[in-house]
Amino acid sequence: MYASEPTAIGGEKVGTAAMADDRIDQIIAQHRGKPGSLIHVLMAIQHANHWLPRDVLRRVAEALDVPFSEVMQIATIYKTFSLTPKGRHEVQVCTGMSCHLRGAARLLAAVQRLLGIRPGETDAERKFSLETGSCLGSCSLGPELIVDGTHYGRMTPDKAEDVLKLYR
Amino acid sequence: MPKLHSAAELEQLRADILASRDAAKPCIAICAGAACHGLDSLRLVSAFEEEISKHDLGAKLDIRATGCHGFCERGPNVVIGPSNICYFEVKPDDVADIVTHTVNGEVLGRLVYTDPATGQKAIHLDEVPFYKQQTRLLIGDNIKIDPLRIEDYLALGGYAALSKALFAMSPDQVVDEVKKSNLRGRGGGGFPAGLKWETAKNAPSEDRYVIVNGHEGEPGAFMDRALFTGNPHKVLEGLIIGAYAIGAHQGFIYTRHDSPQLISHIERALVQAEDYGLLGGDILGSGFRFTVELHFDVGIFVSGESSALMHSIEGHPPEPRPKYIRTSVAGIWDKPSNLNNVETWANVPQIISRGADWYAGIGTERSKGTKLVSLSGHVANSGVVEVPMGTPLRTIVYDIGGGVAGGKPLKAVHLGGPMGGSIPQQLIDTPLDFDELAKLGAPIGAGGLIVMNEETDMVEVARYLLEYLTNESCGKCVPCREGLRQMLKILTDITSGKGKSGDIAQLEDLSDVTGAACLCALGKTAPDPLHSMFRYFKDEYEARIAAGSAAK
Amino acid sequence: MSEILLQIDGKAVKAVAGMTVLQAARAAGIAIPTLCDHPDLEPYGVCRICTVEVEVRGRKNDVVSCLYPVARDLVVRTRSEKIDKIRRVILEELLAHAPNAPDLVALAQEYGADRDRFAKEPSFCILCGLCVRYCAEVKQKNAVGFIERGVRREISFIPEIAEQECWDCQECFAICPTSAAQAAYFLTEALAFPGKRKAHAHDVSR
Repeated sequence: MYASEPTAIGGEKVGTAAMADDRIDQIIAQHRGKPGSLIHVLMAIQHANHWLPRDVLRRVAEALDVPFSEVMQIATIYKTFSLTPKGRHEVQVCTGMSCHLRGAARLLAAVQRLLGIRPGETDAERKFSLETGSCLGSCSLGPELIVDGTHYGRMTPDKAEDVLKLYR
Repeated sequence: MPKLHSAAELEQLRADILASRDAAKPCIAICAGAACHGLDSLRLVSAFEEEISKHDLGAKLDIRATGCHGFCERGPNVVIGPSNICYFEVKPDDVADIVTHTVNGEVLGRLVYTDPATGQKAIHLDEVPFYKQQTRLLIGDNIKIDPLRIEDYLALGGYAALSKALFAMSPDQVVDEVKKSNLRGRGGGGFPAGLKWETAKNAPSEDRYVIVNGHEGEPGAFMDRALFTGNPHKVLEGLIIGAYAIGAHQGFIYTRHDSPQLISHIERALVQAEDYGLLGGDILGSGFRFTVELHFDVGIFVSGESSALMHSIEGHPPEPRPKYIRTSVAGIWDKPSNLNNVETWANVPQIISRGADWYAGIGTERSKGTKLVSLSGHVANSGVVEVPMGTPLRTIVYDIGGGVAGGKPLKAVHLGGPMGGSIPQQLIDTPLDFDELAKLGAPIGAGGLIVMNEETDMVEVARYLLEYLTNESCGKCVPCREGLRQMLKILTDITSGKGKSGDIAQLEDLSDVTGAACLCALGKTAPDPLHSMFRYFKDEYEARIAAGSAAK
Repeated sequence: MSEILLQIDGKAVKAVAGMTVLQAARAAGIAIPTLCDHPDLEPYGVCRICTVEVEVRGRKNDVVSCLYPVARDLVVRTRSEKIDKIRRVILEELLAHAPNAPDLVALAQEYGADRDRFAKEPSFCILCGLCVRYCAEVKQKNAVGFIERGVRREISFIPEIAEQECWDCQECFAICPTSAAQAAYFLTEALAFPGKRKAHAHDVSR
């Protein structure tokens, strides 16, 4: 429904770092007045900032002359966009058809257990975010775990534990 | 790099490139395709570079990081040209040995292919069983191309087809050639490309557009990415030829956002093509102008549907359009828009170069040319395979694919992903053909072929595919959103032992309505996997339901 | 304006180029049920309950009449075993969410839909989009939109805009077939701007 701005435990606003703020300003300025660039803009901001704060989305709507409701629809319809801060490490488990046949469900269950979160969630310390992907295009390596873009193929629940240890 | 202003200049450049290269000089091609990249093949590339520089062998050996070779199961793959010695499962520790052997003109026996049954070794690419039975017209060039270097594509004859189209053929003649070839869409529709081009060309409008659908959302399909990442210029050349034929001056490439390699290779190809005068204003001095924009799907399957894709290019949410007007007549911004799949576009240059008659000589009566197949699942040799249409599935699964992993019996193969179907082992001699497979309820789709062994739970497969579509539906229309939700509930109950008698009838009832009344192809074809299950595996479903009821 | 002759349920119907089958049927006094259609809005084509069978050059197809254009010699059937089944199942699927909505209940009677066929998930909203489209096309405020996808798709009021616009307008409340729109508005108000709705000058509660 209506989400309030997330805050850190100490009360400081978990918002954008100063450097990312400048980058966001740049991105928005570049596409001012171009409603067709909405997806490019959101992608660029997600990439630079790792999430899409609501006030940034309002600025995008205003700058690109797109109804805020449409910006919200696009920001929520795609898996890649996050309206809450993502963790330092982004973990993906491929749940494509071939990976599924090779045991991805078991791998996902193990990863959920190890990280304590479900797909679409981020843990409380903002260390890890988990997402499923389908299909990630390297079916021969299935089942696969991808952490920050690095592929770990032919995974088992035990191997997954070793991999995640590298990032703790 | 001065722009090329004529066909003659292009040929001169090509001759210069070839003259500057020593065809006999050994070249170490390291696969950096998706799976090999995932096995850290870029570390291999660095290791080779270091080794060569350490021993100052640059004059004796070339190395090249390439796109997907195809034999993903046995990666990281390395091929030594020009005789194409194949090394498999190469590790950084092997690098020194490979370099030494190559310099000495010898073969490193321990890394060549060994037949698991006979122990027989196969050294060269065309001797390796996996590759031997294929006809690699599209993917075969991957081992010879560094995707970041247009010169490699030019050295192989790249852009000669474009030159021929622009200077020796009229747009109408190009359309006719593609029609004559009977090239059918490779993305899943199987619609004759030439007819679509003609519709877009003749629709009344000032502007028209051409689009590459590089979305490749079908789970288990990875050949478009292998082709596009490994040889972006081939796809681009096809697109430019199509634009010329149709009269489009603006093109769009729509692809996934989640492969940095794919994105950088496409971007680089667009820049290089423009630098050389093969894209942009006054292409090759012909007067024809054409530019291309790159757009992304950010994570939803339905955005691969053509009207949803076009909506997304316009900057709107990727929702399919319910209107009854073909996108080739009114697509992006209501202008005629011709959308084709990556593989379809990649077929175009060879059709122009070698002619429609040559192309129509490959394949079956109504399915022409070769088809890329992503072979995966419980198969021994997963990877990207290319065979002529009409090839029996048995050849693909057993002779090329090496049969079922672990020697287990085959239960079924699945084609077409969540919009396709499963056929049982008894039908394994069916030829790879649009119409033959559609008749059996397992349409080719994009070309993903998933092999399933005897332990596969066919009820779970249908449940999985429905769950996938439920998560990927845009949710706009009732029979899709609600119909899939209810079908998924029933299938989940059956798989968790809570099946009830009457479940199959319920599923059929819901399937009928979803299949007939949905707004787009995602919803309409969503029940198809289930239909194939009822056609071929009904007893498994009935037994599961009976067991579930019995368990109460 | 060119006149087009087509056939609907065996009756010869005169229509004008550019009309939809639904418009032509209504003009000829033939009733076709709709849930997401509205005279002031562009056809949306999502409820699918106006599905009819059309026959063109011997080929039959099921299409939504709110969007299908009339054509010469088009043969339309607005009722059949298949069409009635489509409508019945769509109603049953929607009744799981809004079992007491008057429009749904009335149609359920006509088509023999079983209100209890599917387990209840009382979200009430049937995602017809009337509120969203009305606010966008007629009021041009975009105070309410869609978010999420698939079964998680829902309407969402934008608090910043709703705070300024909705209390004075409320026009989508009357259009909503299930009262979900007004419920969504009030929930948003309670969560995001309680006690701050933009009121009339003479409203004594402020």
